[in-house]
Amino acid sequence: MSAMVDIRQLRKVFGRIVAVEDVSLTVERGEVLGFLGPNGAGKSTTMKMITGFLTPTKGTVRVNGFDVQEQSIAAKKSLGYLPEGAPAYGDMTPMSFLVFVGKLRGLRGADLQQRLSETIRKVNLEGVMHQSIDTLSKGFKRRVGLAQAILHDPPVLILDEPTDGLDPNQKHEVRELIKAMAREKAIILSTHILEEVHAVCTRAMIIAKGRVITDGTPAELEARSPWHNAVILRVRSTHPGDVRAILLDVPGVRKAQVIEEGEAEHVYRVVPEEGRQILGAVSQCVHRHNWDVVELFVSRGQLDEVFRSLTMPAQALT
Amino acid sequence: MESTGRISVIFKRELGGYFATPIASVFLVIFLMLAGAFTFYLGNFFTRDQADLLPFFTFHPWLYLVLIPALAMRLWAEERRGGTIELLFTLPVTLWEAVVGKFLAAWCFTGIALALTFPMWLTVNVLGEPDNGVILAGYLGSFLMAGGFMAIGSCVSAFTKNQVIAFVISVGVGLGFVLSGFPLVLDFFSGWAPHFFLELVSSFSFLTHFQDVSRGVVDLRDLVYFVSLIGFWLFATSLILEWKKAE
Repeated sequence: MSAMVDIRQLRKVFGRIVAVEDVSLTVERGEVLGFLGPNGAGKSTTMKMITGFLTPTKGTVRVNGFDVQEQSIAAKKSLGYLPEGAPAYGDMTPMSFLVFVGKLRGLRGADLQQRLSETIRKVNLEGVMHQSIDTLSKGFKRRVGLAQAILHDPPVLILDEPTDGLDPNQKHEVRELIKAMAREKAIILSTHILEEVHAVCTRAMIIAKGRVITDGTPAELEARSPWHNAVILRVRSTHPGDVRAILLDVPGVRKAQVIEEGEAEHVYRVVPEEGRQILGAVSQCVHRHNWDVVELFVSRGQLDEVFRSLTMPAQALT
Repeated sequence: MESTGRISVIFKRELGGYFATPIASVFLVIFLMLAGAFTFYLGNFFTRDQADLLPFFTFHPWLYLVLIPALAMRLWAEERRGGTIELLFTLPVTLWEAVVGKFLAAWCFTGIALALTFPMWLTVNVLGEPDNGVILAGYLGSFLMAGGFMAIGSCVSAFTKNQVIAFVISVGVGLGFVLSGFPLVLDFFSGWAPHFFLELVSSFSFLTHFQDVSRGVVDLRDLVYFVSLIGFWLFATSLILEWKKAE
């Protein structure tokens, strides 16, 4: 079976600005692909082309086998879309709004009622269904947006910053909802919150200046951190000896840095040579010198380090 | 689902939208008050001593010139400002269905306003014996002209996010169409444009076409004029939306 979303060599130009350049990707059922990237990187523009709102300058998008430009109605029926900021008609109530969307999607009668009640339960909208959308809080508005996207139970979901502006509890709820739907759908979401990638994505793509810079599982991305598998060591500052010099002599260590210099404690980052594990060697060294260690752990590498090193290559990491 | 089904879903939402907000009541009250005031004070409805609605219809072009752009300005400018245009065009509807559905709702709303002037018709029938055929023709012509103003407004509204700009430009373009048979507009072209072009411009006048119909002369050419005018501006609306969607 072909991929649920199949994008080939997508390019979009606004005037003189190239917003998206040569983006190709496929997303299968069961995958949650996260688009990561700084603001203005081309994430939203790409999503707008996938959903058929914008016409690509070049390239093709197929959703559920349908060409978004040539067979736009069939393609649009296969997808649910939460645009950035979750726009909705403010003078309507969630109920009338969802009925409107459902009818345009071809749902009628008992079918519509059944989908409505299921969706309302899923996104917890029960209490506010008859209040105008303008009067709802940001969290509820976002849920209304999600509800219209999943109302017709589409095989493909495109979510542009689904948790932006929500409080931590609401974020958690939305992520749980996405995870619960992930198995039977192909989902693409954009975010600039890196923890979200861990929480929900099976795959992540970093986009900058309109191009895909990297594509892999969250773990693979982390492995690209310059500090992947580095050992972090927090020691009480009662040792007059040069801790850093001693650490540098441990076999397999490429670099040792002081990353925090406090009155009471010092924190060191010990970076291994490519592909080596140094936790054992470092902890032996700690024992040998009898350092008073407060904390000792392996850092898998933070996504935001990877993100910064890939999207701002000009600035050295410190 | 068929195209007409989707148009009707959009039509109902849009028409419902007028009544869900104060737009409907404010518009209807002001429209009826002004229509009445113009007829009785400026049109000398009573002192003319004639049983017809000519003084009533005479002021419709001027009433519409201001009031219809006020309704039309939100048609697309608001969708664009609120971002709902993105939602609408990623639902399984075509551009044309959305343009037609929204236009029909707005036009129908002006139809409701026009229908609510029925006490005028009752009044002349109580006071005298008017030719009700002529009055019906007047209503038909007025409704068609309202559609013309609305289609212009729809197109202008598709141009901009800013409703004030949409309003002002719609009034300007509308005025051009009302007066295109008059020196105000024609002097602008005479002297350099060929004669047939002047004829063409003056044949676009709302006033001339409307005055014929409101006197009871229902000429097919006048009907075709208004219907094709509406069709043209709606087509232009969809082109502009397609072109400027991203902004």
